[in-house]
Amino acid sequence: MSADIPLLSIREAFSRQFMRHFKALMGSPTDMANPLLFFFMVVTLFPMGLGPNPERLSVMAPGLLWVVALLSSLMVSSKLFGSDFEDGSLEQLAVAPYPLAILVMGEVSAHWLGTGLLLAVVSPLFGVMLGLPAHGLDVLFYSLVLGTVCLTLIGAIGSALTVSIRRGGLLMSLLVIPLNVPVLIFGNTAVSEAVSGGNPSTWLALLGGFAMGSLALVPIAISAALRVSLDN
Amino acid sequence: MGSPPWFFRFSGAVVRWLLPLTIGLLLLGAAWGLLVAPPDFRQGNSYRIIYVHVPAAVVALAGYYVMAFAGAVSLIWRIKMADVTMRAVAPVGAVLTAVALVTGAIWGKPTWGTWWVWDARITSMLILLFLYLGVIALFEAYENKTAAARACAVLSLVGTVNIPIIYKSVDWWYALHQPASIKFTGESAIDSSMLHPLLLMIGAFYCLFALTVLLNMRAELVWNHREASWLKQMVRNV
Repeated sequence: MSADIPLLSIREAFSRQFMRHFKALMGSPTDMANPLLFFFMVVTLFPMGLGPNPERLSVMAPGLLWVVALLSSLMVSSKLFGSDFEDGSLEQLAVAPYPLAILVMGEVSAHWLGTGLLLAVVSPLFGVMLGLPAHGLDVLFYSLVLGTVCLTLIGAIGSALTVSIRRGGLLMSLLVIPLNVPVLIFGNTAVSEAVSGGNPSTWLALLGGFAMGSLALVPIAISAALRVSLDN
Repeated sequence: MGSPPWFFRFSGAVVRWLLPLTIGLLLLGAAWGLLVAPPDFRQGNSYRIIYVHVPAAVVALAGYYVMAFAGAVSLIWRIKMADVTMRAVAPVGAVLTAVALVTGAIWGKPTWGTWWVWDARITSMLILLFLYLGVIALFEAYENKTAAARACAVLSLVGTVNIPIIYKSVDWWYALHQPASIKFTGESAIDSSMLHPLLLMIGAFYCLFALTVLLNMRAELVWNHREASWLKQMVRNV
């Protein structure tokens, strides 16, 4: 590197990485719409599979919504580092004079804003369609805001591990699904508690704790996994 | 230490006394558990599957930690033998987990009247099986086997951090949904006449685990170094 290019501060490097991916995401609205459409369509499948009985659907709604959220998060995360790997920018990031974990977090945060948070924002609509009682809708939103942080981060590990493998998408799901079990349980139970009149705050707190722990530890795992993938 | 020729010689010596020890412990534990230990006053003789079920489950869980520890060693110090260890542990652990699940189902049928229930411990064992299978699948998918070992190391370390959380969450989940029709007998209240053969069998399974892992590692080493002169020499000397 020539001496006349000044080093960015770490915060600046992070925000450039963030903006680059955020703009790319904004530039392709279908990438943001498709997961929501997937969510919508799978939600439509449940009344067809389970029968349109509103009472039965409303009992199952928290679990159904959370399982679908998990699956759609899996689908969008599986290609998270794909284009970066193919066009070589991942190799550039790996040799850049900034911690790879920080750079990667810029990308993952942009990805979460465009997919996870969006999913949480529209989820109450699907909740209404499945007959989730009104007092469960806000908890569904909060649990998905916290939950998609965890799902996106864990999905990013899976994506980083399988990015160098051809047809790695299914393998990525196999690696990530067992790791997502606690998130599903905490999130689903929070919503169920709220619906049945209990106190969801314990479960939301657990979910928040899991999200914070993941935020601290997962970037290290992602950067290690990406370096391994670059060697493959 | 850690070089393949050294390990090959060392593991050969260990296997030579570990093999008879394992067979002896297994036979002794099986005979004690199946023939000498008294029948359970409620379950009769069907409880005797515990002498396979519990040791398999205990060692399967410990095996994951062995794999993750080997993974950490491989990531930090880049020791080749740690990669080989990790690779060797994964299938053994997966088989032990499967054995625990299958024997659990066979035990469940006469005891609870059903092959499968979504009980906390059963569910967490199933997830452990998925974690093992994920590591194996990831290893097979990589072309570069050195990178494969490091990828599996990352995955198994992530799994290790997550396992206690998975276990706890499944526990809470089960406590919320516990079906009333099924009652579990407390295992801590086991009589010493049944406990001693059980502990012996757990020891036997640990030996079996170590033995299988060592044999797996030796097989892998022979394959990786099939052209190496030290190996040819060692084979000639046997």
